[in-house]
Amino acid sequence: MMAEQNNNPQPIFEARRLVKHYGQVIALDGTDFELYPGEILAVIGDNGAGKSTLIKALSGAIQPDSGEIFLNGERIHFHGPSDSRRHGIETVYQTLAVAPSMNIYENLFLGREVRRPGVLGSVFGLLDKKRMLQESTTHMQHLKFAIQSMTQPVSTLSGGQRQGVAVARSAAFAKNVIIMDEPTAALGVKESGMVIELIHNVRARGLPVILISHNMPQVWELADRIHIQRLGKRVAVIKPSDYTMSDGVAIMTGAKNID
Amino acid sequence: MTNTPKEKPASNSLVKWLLNVISTPSIGPFLALLISGGFFYTQNERFIQPQNLSLILQQTSWIAALAIGQTLVILTAGIDLSNGLVMALGTVIMTKMAVVNGVDPVIAIGMGFLVIMAFGLLNGLLVTQLKLPPFIVTLGTLNIAFALTRIYTTATINGLPPIQRIFGERVDLFGTSFTYGSLFVFVLYIVMWFVLRETAFGRHIYAVGDDREAARLMGVPVNRVLIQVYVLAGFFYAIGGWLLIGRIGSGDPNAGQTANLDSITAVVIGGTSLFGGRGNLLGTLVGALIVGVFINGLQITGVDPLYQRLITGVLVILAVTLDQVVSKKAR
Repeated sequence: MMAEQNNNPQPIFEARRLVKHYGQVIALDGTDFELYPGEILAVIGDNGAGKSTLIKALSGAIQPDSGEIFLNGERIHFHGPSDSRRHGIETVYQTLAVAPSMNIYENLFLGREVRRPGVLGSVFGLLDKKRMLQESTTHMQHLKFAIQSMTQPVSTLSGGQRQGVAVARSAAFAKNVIIMDEPTAALGVKESGMVIELIHNVRARGLPVILISHNMPQVWELADRIHIQRLGKRVAVIKPSDYTMSDGVAIMTGAKNID
Repeated sequence: MTNTPKEKPASNSLVKWLLNVISTPSIGPFLALLISGGFFYTQNERFIQPQNLSLILQQTSWIAALAIGQTLVILTAGIDLSNGLVMALGTVIMTKMAVVNGVDPVIAIGMGFLVIMAFGLLNGLLVTQLKLPPFIVTLGTLNIAFALTRIYTTATINGLPPIQRIFGERVDLFGTSFTYGSLFVFVLYIVMWFVLRETAFGRHIYAVGDDREAARLMGVPVNRVLIQVYVLAGFFYAIGGWLLIGRIGSGDPNAGQTANLDSITAVVIGGTSLFGGRGNLLGTLVGALIVGVFINGLQITGVDPLYQRLITGVLVILAVTLDQVVSKKAR
């Protein structure tokens, strides 16, 4: 059932037997999950398969009723999204979570501003704008994210570029994992292309990515492995090279079983 | 990522430059200030005399202090209708406790600050914890403060101790006498302008008003920022109250009745967007001066005070209309 993981047997991020009930509804019915270093793992599943509940549990937005989550082999507990952030797990949302009137480097550092050294920073909370600007510029260059100026407001950017800022932001702060929840759902075809290119660049830097997407061609193009969720369980993990897209959809909808 | 944004630096054509200048925060308002000042000068030469300009600053100073708090609230995409009457409650507490109850005048001022800031805390808690719209919350606290003021006293309190009138004291500068209050307000503006630009707290205020959900997802403590903003706004309303009792030399339960609209007008004319996230305090300072120029100019030209209110109403609607047009382009 599992596509074998030959080169690296130790998952960086792992969940075992996650269960989550919403009243009578069982959203997660003992789901397992593994993410290996440096890979892009796509998570697909029909509506109601428990896909988004799984992602929420992995990003700390909800707490599962039972089950265990491991990061680098260590058991961890999330009490909220800021917990997962503290563990080096960053999330990109489909809703273009950027502040449009603020400029690019402010968006990159929002909520994690760098303060000036000494009393000025610690007591008076003064920002080290120069350093944030420098670090942003370097970071964007590493990601090959072409932008005129770090000080232009995000409202002057296209939708794709805005999401690009959100992706770059997660890449800057994620030490372990980036979760991308339908990152291109709000974007047009060309705009999506920009973001996908950026996801490639992020992976090239060695960060593993969990990609949630409804867009099957995108999944087959980007993913190293595909986690298929159905009726609250993981029914299969496949490699896009071993199965066609229609096989994948068939497994997802229950028309086809593999074991 | 090859597409670059379409915005280009202003070309050298004069029209584009002018448009750019007008759309830059606090330059447009500044022009409006010069034009309105010039207009009143043509109506009455006395308008431009140093004593009268100093008087404008005195008349404006307490509204300008309220407008600092109002700017903070509006930057978070909120609004505070309660500020004038909450301030009035604070001023009668400051003065009646000191004059009638014999409380130490400084402690009495402190009590006024506490009550005003407690109203800020109440506004902030209702907005964040019960998710009520700021418009309705502050309309409610406005009426509570109004009633409490009347219950506490209906009489004007005179004979204030000197410390309570400190902001009405004068100092000679450039051959004209200014009140400490007028000068102090400028200091407040500079300090808060700096805080908004240069501190994490300041930037979080903008982020919360710009896109609250995005700010939350990026780890900005949205509710804490909002509560801090309403309480800090209360602090500036309290200073406004202290400035007012210094200027008029008494505690007046009828004070501040149009101050909410005056402060909102100052903020909006100053270029801060009612949609939140855009604007700055220097604009508000100019906006407050415009409000002051109109109040003084209409007085000096002998226009019925009712026209002041009429013109304030027209001004605020014009400014909001402009904001609406600009916002549509910006988003």
